[in-house]
Amino acid sequence: MIYSIIIIIMALIMLVMAFVAIMHKNLYVAVIASGIISLFASVIYVILAAPDVAITEAAIGSALTVVIFFYVLNKIRRTNDTK
Amino acid sequence: MKHLDIEYLSIITGVILFLIGLWGILSQKNIIKLIISFSIIDTSTHLLLVSIGYLKNRTAPIIESNIVEPTAAMQKIVDPVPQALVLTAIVIGVGVTALMLTYALRLYKEKNSLEIDKYISLKW
Amino acid sequence: MIRNSILLILVAGVGIILWQELSVFQSPEKLNDVAGYYAKNGHAETGAANIVTSVVVTYRGFDTLGEVTILFITATIIGFLLKGKQAKEAWKRPDSEFLITASQVLIPVIFLVGVYIFVNGHLTPGGGFQGGAVIASANILWLSALKNSKINHNLLEFAESFSGFGFVLLGVLGIFMAGGFLDNKIFSLGTFGTLFSAGAIPVIYSLIGLKVGSELSKIVIDLNQTQEDAE
Repeated sequence: MIYSIIIIIMALIMLVMAFVAIMHKNLYVAVIASGIISLFASVIYVILAAPDVAITEAAIGSALTVVIFFYVLNKIRRTNDTK
Repeated sequence: MKHLDIEYLSIITGVILFLIGLWGILSQKNIIKLIISFSIIDTSTHLLLVSIGYLKNRTAPIIESNIVEPTAAMQKIVDPVPQALVLTAIVIGVGVTALMLTYALRLYKEKNSLEIDKYISLKW
Repeated sequence: MIRNSILLILVAGVGIILWQELSVFQSPEKLNDVAGYYAKNGHAETGAANIVTSVVVTYRGFDTLGEVTILFITATIIGFLLKGKQAKEAWKRPDSEFLITASQVLIPVIFLVGVYIFVNGHLTPGGGFQGGAVIASANILWLSALKNSKINHNLLEFAESFSGFGFVLLGVLGIFMAGGFLDNKIFSLGTFGTLFSAGAIPVIYSLIGLKVGSELSKIVIDLNQTQEDAE
């Protein structure tokens, strides 16, 4: 029962973050929102008894993907408005 | 009720995230937002795959002598095959995202804009 | 406005189709036949305690070979499309002493954690992919904090080629000395639960971990050091 409540709370936060990632105007905020989705998916993987997948998703989804996005966003000129 | 169990909640979350990512691909014009929506669809598909392989009241597929005996492993572990598939798929997903971002960077150098409406040189 | 409502109807249609398929899903009572075979015989045939490891390396080893190939092609294409680092740039603001000293202490520790994760892949949760991702994170810290020291590109290329070649060589050795391609009985199976057990699985997984780590590091370093500023 407690696991179901934890999954419901995380699922609600993930859905809100998905809306923020698609509709926000600032690109940096959108990228961080997608990193938060991967992080909470990794917690759901632990509750679903899959520890290997949880380690991989946490290390790759929220660390490597976000850093790759930031490197590319910094190469695009900053005087262009980041829409 | 049946729909409040762990695997049903994860399946519902995966389906709704997939639909949000699909709407993002169809309606956004900035190319970086398209790549972020692809990444959301990847995450939701992996969640769906792992949650289908869950069996009730069973534990992780690792054999340890006092928790899961080697001879009784068939009654006590969840399905290990979807986890092996998703492990490979996550690493391939990050490679494809990096490739898409490289293409976006080169396109920005050529056309000096991030909106996909301005890439019109193949239209007649 | 019209375009948005048509899109919403399309997405809702896809949602209804998906829900019809998934609402009659019944969580199964026992494992299906393939997973039952892996659970019953995985411990005796391969000697690894982590069943997901034995599936990824031994039973479905050919898929892992394909995945390593895809990563290699991706890293090559990214290195081909981006321009390299040209001139030496002068950093306008020196970094703080605290950052430099702390990262000089942390980077070897993070490398050690990554190596520990992929060497113990057959006993605990972990393995080559996870260890490779941790090694790539250590390289990100190196790029961000220690800007004046160069990363040796020759070492990365040597590590990547050596581990890829070693992986295929161990697979071919399996044809001559044991059951088939990528069989793990070419080394002895050892005592269950110790570090030197499960035949060739620790060696294969260490090579995969080195390869994935160097591929991801190469992708990250290329994206950081290109000179593609739009002027």
